[in-house]
Amino acid sequence: MNLDFSDDQKFLQEEARKFLDKEGALSRSRSVLETDKNIDEELWNKIVDLGWTGIRIPEEFDGLGLGHLELCVIAEELGRFLAPVPFSSSVYLFTEAIVNYGNDEIKKSLLPKLVNGEIVGTMAITEGLYAPTEHNIKLSCNDGVLNGKKIAVPDAEVATHAIVVAKSNNGVSLQVVDLSSEGVSIEHQENIDESRGHFSITFNNVKSNAIGDESSGWEMYESIINQAAVLFSYEQIGGSQATLDMAINYAKERYAFGRPIGSYQAIKHKLADMYIALTLAKSNCYYAAWALSTNSADLPSASATARVSSTKAYQLCSKENIQTHGGNGFTWEYDCHMFYKRSKLLSLNIGSLSNWREKLVTSLEQSNIN
Amino acid sequence: MDFKDTPEQAQFRKKCRDWLEKNAEYVDGTSKSDDFASKDRLKEAKAWQKKKYDAGWAMLHWPKEYGGIDASSMERIIWGNEESKFDVPKGIFEIGLGMCGPVMMEYASQEQKERYLPPMAEGKEIWCQLFSEPSAGSDVAGLRSKAVKDGDKWIINGQKVWTSGAHFSDYGILVVRHDPDLEKHKGMTFFFVDMKSPGIEVKPIKQITGGSSFNEVYFTDVEIPDSQRLGEIGDGWKVAITTLMNERLAVGDASGADVEDAFRWAKTQDDQGEPLLNNKAARESIADWYCEKSGLKNTKLRTMSALSKGGTPGPEASITKIVSAGKLQDIGNFGIDSLDMAGMLKTDDQDIKSFHNAWLGAPGLRIAGGTDEILRNIIAERVLGLPQDPRADKGVAFKDIPSGN
Repeated sequence: MNLDFSDDQKFLQEEARKFLDKEGALSRSRSVLETDKNIDEELWNKIVDLGWTGIRIPEEFDGLGLGHLELCVIAEELGRFLAPVPFSSSVYLFTEAIVNYGNDEIKKSLLPKLVNGEIVGTMAITEGLYAPTEHNIKLSCNDGVLNGKKIAVPDAEVATHAIVVAKSNNGVSLQVVDLSSEGVSIEHQENIDESRGHFSITFNNVKSNAIGDESSGWEMYESIINQAAVLFSYEQIGGSQATLDMAINYAKERYAFGRPIGSYQAIKHKLADMYIALTLAKSNCYYAAWALSTNSADLPSASATARVSSTKAYQLCSKENIQTHGGNGFTWEYDCHMFYKRSKLLSLNIGSLSNWREKLVTSLEQSNIN
Repeated sequence: MDFKDTPEQAQFRKKCRDWLEKNAEYVDGTSKSDDFASKDRLKEAKAWQKKKYDAGWAMLHWPKEYGGIDASSMERIIWGNEESKFDVPKGIFEIGLGMCGPVMMEYASQEQKERYLPPMAEGKEIWCQLFSEPSAGSDVAGLRSKAVKDGDKWIINGQKVWTSGAHFSDYGILVVRHDPDLEKHKGMTFFFVDMKSPGIEVKPIKQITGGSSFNEVYFTDVEIPDSQRLGEIGDGWKVAITTLMNERLAVGDASGADVEDAFRWAKTQDDQGEPLLNNKAARESIADWYCEKSGLKNTKLRTMSALSKGGTPGPEASITKIVSAGKLQDIGNFGIDSLDMAGMLKTDDQDIKSFHNAWLGAPGLRIAGGTDEILRNIIAERVLGLPQDPRADKGVAFKDIPSGN
């Protein structure tokens, strides 16, 4: 019985934490938020130099050839410091999709450049003010030419490439696009967490290359996000832990009516509930990490379980952290709002809480839990 | 990460399972309830405990001289895992073995340990815990039952309450106040007592479920020899804390209707012409309960991983009861409400019975062994390091503490 990370993985996590702390990742996030920038390029380049973008890329393509568990511990730390980098878009979604479904030619041309940072990827999915499904994707792909528009694409401006979920003749397909191609236009869309920009991308007769089978794009997409959900969940528990720690520290230091507010049961019980939600989520993440790293048949339910409980934990912890800070928590100056906003970004990027609850119950129906 | 036993653990697990297969039946859905109001079930429970004792499984982590096999924490968990797959009586000896046993082990004399521990492990003598009082619930240290020293014995007067199993117990551990002029936590002393002593009267309490698993226990001039004192005079609170720490470990999952039952029920229950499982609100509730249940299970697996590397169980054990008792109450409520107006009716249907039992029993589980509120205080203070509340009962004689009376 060993539901725990190895000593090497724990060491990697510790090093990642020290690095992000030393680099001031959290204050870098604030500076991206407060300027027109959509990324902290210096931090991103350092992350590339550390090899994190190539963790899961096989050695034959210049990557480190490590497993998902290494990615999980890195994700937790990125989440803790709100790192303003396109790691989730480029690594959990784009890179994983290429590793899993790209043919040799695509792998050879893209993976080494994802390792060295020449290429940054993202995934373009949604098209309207509703949840995307297999049946409402309209962006068309005819003979490898894309026409249509995607919205709310995270990190698109810094990305060089995107995987686009498109409607082909035979169904939904996944298309790789070089975003510098003619006919691509990218526009910034204001969003509630400007430390990670969101964009619309319009495709006007843009050439693309399919990955995987052109008629089973939606299945591939589901499989990609089932994997990515575990990594998003790790970012979410990293953020939950950071907000719980902030709330604890503030509750010990802030006095009201002659005593620390943390000595009032109204605050204690609030913080205990945050701890409970985080502990449940974290334990579910451990199990999902195991399922991901072993490609277990349990992955769909394990990842949805991790995703639902991490989303709930981060939403609870980030909102109650503001509440614990009182008026200060509502100011731009305190960091509380940055976590509140990031919790929303992470909970929507690969589909909402309600969506993931539905996925969970569907997977329970398929595996027949009774 | 993996879920495999080490070769030694696998061997131990096989040994447990082999013995269980020879001596018990697997749980198969027709398992008997653990209602010890039934004398037959009590007899069966005692017989099962004796069988385990004779084979060394009764208290496997205890030293050999008291009937154990010096097992490690990990081996104890493996045994528990395996035993839970079999339809055997459980629950009745938990208080004695889980709370009274450890206190006797730590504080009783050598002779007393040799006299009392083996029959306790064997199930021949049942023990109860006499702590709570009408004016001392969450605030156990507010207890008022009196002990007055008279030569080499003590005279006890007062009342205990919520004493599980007192009606069939042979012995009990007891904490009482020997000096109300001392500060609250300094004026208590700890004993064990023969429940058949003259002056002890046990009155069952009828619960909201209609059943009676616990009691009021009245003490009128009950004599206890000084040799049955556990710890020094005035150390009662310290000894009680040892017991309460063990109680937190002994009180675990709230058992009863769970997410699998709600799921199975929702597949066939009608909701306006469709299966309830197609209802969005029902699906969201099931998803959340499943996440809670998995979260607790995986938390236990993480604790076991730490234990198997020689660590100690973390404070995360304290979340189990809060989460599982609340979930039990909600699932009971879900099942009953799904019947609409007819949800009021008691029927022979096993699922409906289990929803009624969950809904009626869960309020007790949210209180017993530390209320939701006390457990949240414990998490906040001991795990998160938040400061204690200022208290009106520190630094004054017990008799001067405001009591509302």
